[in-house]
Amino acid sequence: MTPRRILACLAMLVVTTVPALAANPQRWQLNMTPGVTEYSRQVYDLHMLILWICVVIGVIVFGAMGYAIFKFRKSKGAVAAKWSHSTVAEVTWTVIPVLILIGTAWPATKTLIWIDDARESEMTIKVTGYQWLWRYEYIGTDVNFISRMDRESDRTRMLRSGMDPAAVQRDGENVYLLDVDNPLVLPTNTKVRFVITANDVIHSFWVPALGWKQDAIPGFINEAWTEIHTPGTYRGQCAELCGKDHAFMPIVIEAVPREQFDIWLEEQNRLAAGDAGDSNAPLAQLAADDALLANATESL
Amino acid sequence: MATDTATTVHDDGHEHAPSFIDRWFFGTNHKDIGTLYLLFSLAMFLIGGAMAMIIRAELFMPGMQIVNPEFFNQMTTMHALVMIFGAVMPAFVGLANWMLPLMIGAPDMALPRLNNLSFWILPFAFLIMLSTLFMEGGGPAGGWTLYPPLSLQQGNSMAFVIFAIHMMGLSSIMGAINIIATVLNMRAPGMDLLKMPIFPWTWLITAFLLIGVMPVLAGAITMLLTDKFFLTSFFNAAGGGDPVMYQHIFWFFGHPEVYIMILPAFGVVSEIIPTFSRKPLFGYQAMVYATASIAFLSFIVWAHHMFTVGMPLGGELFFMYATMLIAVPTGVKVFNWVSTMWQGSLTFETPMLFAIGFVVMFTIGGFSGLMLAIVPADYQYHDTYFVVAHFHYVLVTGSVFALMAGAYYWLPKWTGYMYNETLGKWHFWLSTIFVNLLFFPQHFLGLAGMPRRIPDYNIAFSDFNMISSIGGFGFGLAQLLFVYVVWSCARGRSGIKVGDRVWEGARGLEWTVPSPAPHHTFTTPPKFDDRDLAHGDVSH
Amino acid sequence: MANPAPDPGIYYVPHSSKWPLVGSIGLFLMLAGFANLMNGNKTLGMPMTFAGIAVILVMFWGWFRNVISESVRGLYNRQVDFSFRMGMIWFIFSEIMFFAAFFGALFYARVLSVPWLGGIGDGELTNIYIWSGFEAAWPTSGPEQVGGEYGLIGAWGIPLLNTMLLLASGVTLTIAHHALKAGQRTQVLIWLGATIALGAIFLYFQMYEYVHAYRDLNLTLGSGVYGSTFFMLTGFHGVHVTLGTIMLIVIWFRCLKGHFSKDDHFGFEAVAWYWHFVDVVWLILFIFVYVL
Ligand code: HEA
Ligand code: HEA
Ligand code: CUA
Ligand SMILES: [Cu+2]
Repeated sequence: MTPRRILACLAMLVVTTVPALAANPQRWQLNMTPGVTEYSRQVYDLHMLILWICVVIGVIVFGAMGYAIFKFRKSKGAVAAKWSHSTVAEVTWTVIPVLILIGTAWPATKTLIWIDDARESEMTIKVTGYQWLWRYEYIGTDVNFISRMDRESDRTRMLRSGMDPAAVQRDGENVYLLDVDNPLVLPTNTKVRFVITANDVIHSFWVPALGWKQDAIPGFINEAWTEIHTPGTYRGQCAELCGKDHAFMPIVIEAVPREQFDIWLEEQNRLAAGDAGDSNAPLAQLAADDALLANATESL
Repeated sequence: MATDTATTVHDDGHEHAPSFIDRWFFGTNHKDIGTLYLLFSLAMFLIGGAMAMIIRAELFMPGMQIVNPEFFNQMTTMHALVMIFGAVMPAFVGLANWMLPLMIGAPDMALPRLNNLSFWILPFAFLIMLSTLFMEGGGPAGGWTLYPPLSLQQGNSMAFVIFAIHMMGLSSIMGAINIIATVLNMRAPGMDLLKMPIFPWTWLITAFLLIGVMPVLAGAITMLLTDKFFLTSFFNAAGGGDPVMYQHIFWFFGHPEVYIMILPAFGVVSEIIPTFSRKPLFGYQAMVYATASIAFLSFIVWAHHMFTVGMPLGGELFFMYATMLIAVPTGVKVFNWVSTMWQGSLTFETPMLFAIGFVVMFTIGGFSGLMLAIVPADYQYHDTYFVVAHFHYVLVTGSVFALMAGAYYWLPKWTGYMYNETLGKWHFWLSTIFVNLLFFPQHFLGLAGMPRRIPDYNIAFSDFNMISSIGGFGFGLAQLLFVYVVWSCARGRSGIKVGDRVWEGARGLEWTVPSPAPHHTFTTPPKFDDRDLAHGDVSH
Repeated sequence: MANPAPDPGIYYVPHSSKWPLVGSIGLFLMLAGFANLMNGNKTLGMPMTFAGIAVILVMFWGWFRNVISESVRGLYNRQVDFSFRMGMIWFIFSEIMFFAAFFGALFYARVLSVPWLGGIGDGELTNIYIWSGFEAAWPTSGPEQVGGEYGLIGAWGIPLLNTMLLLASGVTLTIAHHALKAGQRTQVLIWLGATIALGAIFLYFQMYEYVHAYRDLNLTLGSGVYGSTFFMLTGFHGVHVTLGTIMLIVIWFRCLKGHFSKDDHFGFEAVAWYWHFVDVVWLILFIFVYVL
């Protein structure tokens, strides 16, 4: 590593310990993103808490060991002691870890109970995983579309395509394998509930900036929720092995202010309804999507 | 249990040396079977490692350069299956075969013919499993966990892989039965259970784990088989089943399985550290009870692999607490090892180096394990390279390092010659440097958001992946050094013959027999006094 | 074979034997052949499977002949006997864990997955969004009625009869054991014979019930999770009864040949343990599969 890179590393370490930066993966990123939701921040804090606990215990244990290694060498004339037992020590190092663990389990439990409660959400999105794309349905509206990896990433990722992954960019950001045709648009400052399932095999819906992932299980619905505070584009990927193109079913969330979202939704709703008039609209949409799906599976 | 053995009959004709076939194919001698196990596992380690090299080569930089995604997934799946069932588990069984009878003063394993069967099932099992790579549709590609419905989409390989795993399970169960019978029934008179060296202790407990969970794995994959071929609906919601049910059954096996791979490692390290500290093992009884507690807890933590499947809240909390508890007995072990070294008289031959490396790096892996146990945080960590980093720290720098330590420790006893200490030390330092280069950056990758089981990734992940791959190649090459050291030691290349008690601080019955250990040992049960025991002090 | 004189104070470490290797080859042929069959490759699968089974049978025959002859020659002392006991006990324990996996599946389906699909507890959304209209009940073939309509087998007919048969067989086997300990060979043969007969009748009824289920009730392996758990549990149990019966038959002939003495008859005891284990599994099965 060049000195510049080392510096970059250190800089990254500092940067990522300051919340609310770098919601999407960065080069030389060392740490978890603090994300853009209250939950993701709590997770980040829990992560740092347990990390530091481990570091401290590690320093103590490895320190003692290092001391022993340097101090009690035979080559330095060390003579072995005969003792092999100490009740006080043994009780101590059983009890203290238990206390530490209780200390960590407590905040973890609180966070978990809080995130488990999806009541009072203002809207519901149904997410369905397919091999290898996602479908998003805005429950209570006609908006229902599928979201696939962008064409450029798709061409670039072909075996020995000769294309440069670094060249796949959007707004100056490298989005190789992390961009889609139709992003999931969400309003900020709104409690959004997800009901997640899959159509074929298990997938997992994961956007690191939200702070969680949730498996999509065929035949079952899993529930999750989020409330994004910062508008922006948040990228994620399918996180459960789902076959050969598991690496190629990204998720992109476009978080926009509520007013903007309402306009967008209305527009989409009209488009969906306008397609084939009244109640047939969703069906037509589905048919069109199925054709796309068939295409997708054909091009395997 | 004291025994009424006076002498032992070896019904294989002492007078004349057995023929090659008699000895290596039909043999019942625990040392020969141990050797077979160890060689087999070394071969599997190389094969599984070669697959890992393919994985690392494809991940060397972004873009798809070498293999297509389907084959990549086959490599991931096979790499894990080969390493776990082919390399690590048989290696520990090999050590058990060689050392248990020597350590407890027994003439052989309790059920010698069964022992041979346990071994010979393995090559055939792997023949079946590896052959799927050459079949139409290739090998299994659903990950070593074989989750349905994905694994049910697999082509011809599925039935073969399932039967191969059945065979491995059968072999493990029989091996475990043999170890239990040996430890409970064959100890030399006067060797009470609580005087027995730690390695047999950890193996005894491991054997119970094996018998408890291998049949459950067999059940799980049998249900996969019937779901695929015989119309059952265990894992199909439309028929009232649940894909997640498979995960529960699998991990009921899977979690104890990881302790099956680490408890004997604890045993090996607990033999080596006192030897090179020239000081009795600190807290012998605490070590035994800690091992037993870990084994017990391992049965009630399985769903920590499934925090994101959408379990009810109560389940998540229970499994989080239970998982965290395991840190306590494991901590006791770590602290006891450090205390054993404290005020010792330390020397740093290769086995000790590997043992120290084990303690440090296993603990690092344990720490990341503890982090994974925190459910809300696991929602982020799960299925990322953070998990990959965790389990390679506990498996490679844990189990594999302990195996290396054990191999160096006992090689002189097996061959009668000292291995090449200089090369041994090179092997250790190269391994340690490269393995950290290989797996430490994977923590960063996982935290930054790189999922596991992907053949290609965003530019953001490119730098650490390249470092990791370089570490991987280096670590792989370093293992060739190990192969050479073993080979040259077996050939007696160093020319240094060793005595009975190879290491100055070594205690235990295995060091009272000549080196190389003669074909038959302890045909009359040995008499020993308690100071001969490995740890020297069994009163606490 | 140049065997030293049998000495009761000696742990017998057997000479090299070809049977383990033969056994693993047999296992390999059988399972690889079976896998081929499943993938529809009959040309390779058939001969391999049958060759494998044949090799395994030969292996058992040869291996046990060895063990029996060693045993009869008195090469085994108490310690060896203890090893055999350990072997059998832990083997049975592993079998228990194998059944536990399938009972686990049954409980999981009944207590968790089916209620969830029906919208109970955590399954509320699952039911609303995917399986609306499905009501949780047991038995069930799931929301899509996989396998179609089917009838049930009542607990109080053949299953109850079968329970009686197996319980009775446990008793007859114990009587035989006592007779053996008392050295009454004819009694042993009679009661052991009765046990075998009871086992065989059990198997007959079980077959009868299966035929009835498949032909008349449309209750098959494919009848959703109910059919799956029903047939896998009773099926594996049936396989074990079959093995147990074969073992009993072997033991019967060994008794006839006078292999067992009053206080040295581990072979007999091992089979008895196995039989009782099969018995207990049936009792649990009767309760959870048929009655409840
Ligand atoms: C040898 C193998 C081995 C061992 C020993 C362990 C040990 C542990 N493992 Fe690990 N684990 C694996 C192999 C292993 N694991 C594998 C293979 C997987 C992935 C499987 C797959 O998905 O493919 C996995 C995955 C895995 C997960 C699931 C992650 C996920 O998929 O999301 C979790 C979650 O809880 C976990 C936890 C733990 C814990 C808590 C321990 C503990 O036992 C660790 C205890 C040790 C210590 C904590 C260090 C020493 C202690 C002290 C110094 C005392 C003081 C310390 C404190 C109080 C902090 N492991
Ligand atoms: C005991 C178990 C064990 C061991 C020892 C290892 C050893 C190694 N493993 Fe791992 N691994 C697993 C168990 C193990 N692994 C498991 C359970 C998984 C999860 C699978 C899944 O997701 O389903 C996994 C997955 C896994 C992945 C993630 C794949 C993915 O998610 O897509 C990676 C990637 O780097 C990896 C790498 C390595 C490397 C580089 C080694 C090295 O330590 C190997 C070193 C050894 C050698 C290299 C052999 C010796 C040398 C030669 C044969 C000469 C040739 C050498 C050169 C050409 C340099 N392994
Ligand atoms: Cu979908 Cu991975
Ligand atoms: Cu685990």
